[in-house]
Amino acid sequence: MTTKTFKRADGRKNDELRPIKAKVGVIPNADGSAMYQSGDTIAIAAVYGPRKMHPQHAQDPQKASLRCTYNMLSFSVNERIKPGTSRRSTEISKITEWALEPVLMLDKFPNMVVDVFINITQADAGTRCAGINAASMALAHAGVPMKDIVSSISLGKLDKELVVDLTKEEEDFEEGEGATDIPVSMTSQGKITHLQLDGKIKGEQLKEILDIAKKACAKVYEIQKKALKDSIEEKK
Amino acid sequence: MTEMQRKAIIPGEVIVEGEEYLPGEGTEKLDGKIYSQRYGLAEETNNLIKVIPLSGVYEPRRGNVVIGKVEMITFNGWVIDIGTSQNAFLSLMEVPRFVNKDALEEVMTIGDIVVAKIVSINKRGIDVTIKMKGLGRIDEGILFEVNSHKVPRIIGKEGSMISLIKEQTGCNITVGQNGVILIKGDSVEKELLAKEAVMFIAEKSFINGLTEEVEKWFKERKK
Repeated sequence: MTTKTFKRADGRKNDELRPIKAKVGVIPNADGSAMYQSGDTIAIAAVYGPRKMHPQHAQDPQKASLRCTYNMLSFSVNERIKPGTSRRSTEISKITEWALEPVLMLDKFPNMVVDVFINITQADAGTRCAGINAASMALAHAGVPMKDIVSSISLGKLDKELVVDLTKEEEDFEEGEGATDIPVSMTSQGKITHLQLDGKIKGEQLKEILDIAKKACAKVYEIQKKALKDSIEEKK
Repeated sequence: MTEMQRKAIIPGEVIVEGEEYLPGEGTEKLDGKIYSQRYGLAEETNNLIKVIPLSGVYEPRRGNVVIGKVEMITFNGWVIDIGTSQNAFLSLMEVPRFVNKDALEEVMTIGDIVVAKIVSINKRGIDVTIKMKGLGRIDEGILFEVNSHKVPRIIGKEGSMISLIKEQTGCNITVGQNGVILIKGDSVEKELLAKEAVMFIAEKSFINGLTEEVEKWFKERKK
């Protein structure tokens, strides 16, 4: 086994998260907003609405629609990326919608739409998770009725090791079996709202990784909770 | 009566545990636990738990006085935008004077601002009236918006806060429950002072003893 020599590049333990910072109310013009930073990954999310859906034919008389827009800013990575929507950003926008929709009580606002804009200002892997975390806080901040808060974390398998919160460097790991990237989103009660898997992993290991994810998400949840509460306490 | 200290709460958080508690607005009871559904301050009165939201959209209620903008004229009334998903409808019958059906725009035209009262809310929409004192078209004043959840604080207990501002600035203030506020005074300076006072309250809406705080603020401003 390679276990005895395995060490992460930044010296973290296998189940250790990168330092996290979270703040609520970063965009005064939005109805709700939040910033979530994990290591060198920074996501800001802005929520507008619930507001009337236009065009009218897109309205759903049963419930409000959720519209997420994920965007990576051109300067967020080392090599400038072309600004605007891409295949990847469209996919992540949809994934974010699916991750958040189960906790939102959208049936209270028929014919309306909740707009969520996620911008990645700095990227070092785990941007979709940072985006979901920021969006979840921003939705709560905007006063949208929710059953729970969603916390998200990316996990991975580097060769045979299970690790939490990958960096870009680790994501590109190529030794042995290579890297498997598994982003997971959970509610505070441990219900999974989103799970993706890119790579190869055994069934037992996936079960194991979900247990690790539960613990990691609980840590993220505590930070989200603190950020939301601090924003009220500050104004007292 | 037991009064719990208001505490900050986030969605999905357990506010209290125990069968004796009842879930109020913005909460849900599951397995003897009261869960919050909103972000705001939790409050308890006589075992009833409710969450006071600090943000979110305006939820129209019957009897609310709102300020809106005429969006469209139909053959028998006006459609008014009051910041909700459904537009409010002001029928010809709800205008306290004779209106010629061919000249609705003489009474109110598109873009006019109206103070109106909600008479009913149903599946088809919201009906409003201007058949009461203090309601009707607005011709002058300063108009601005705050979050609708801050309106109760701006009005204060039995109108204490709003009468304080009126007294201090000599302005006439109309607060719409949808968060639109109209200030009318005899000089622009006075109107702006009143606006600043309202914004101050909206900013500090969480603190206890807000009326005293606003009195202090006025004293400092007058120096």
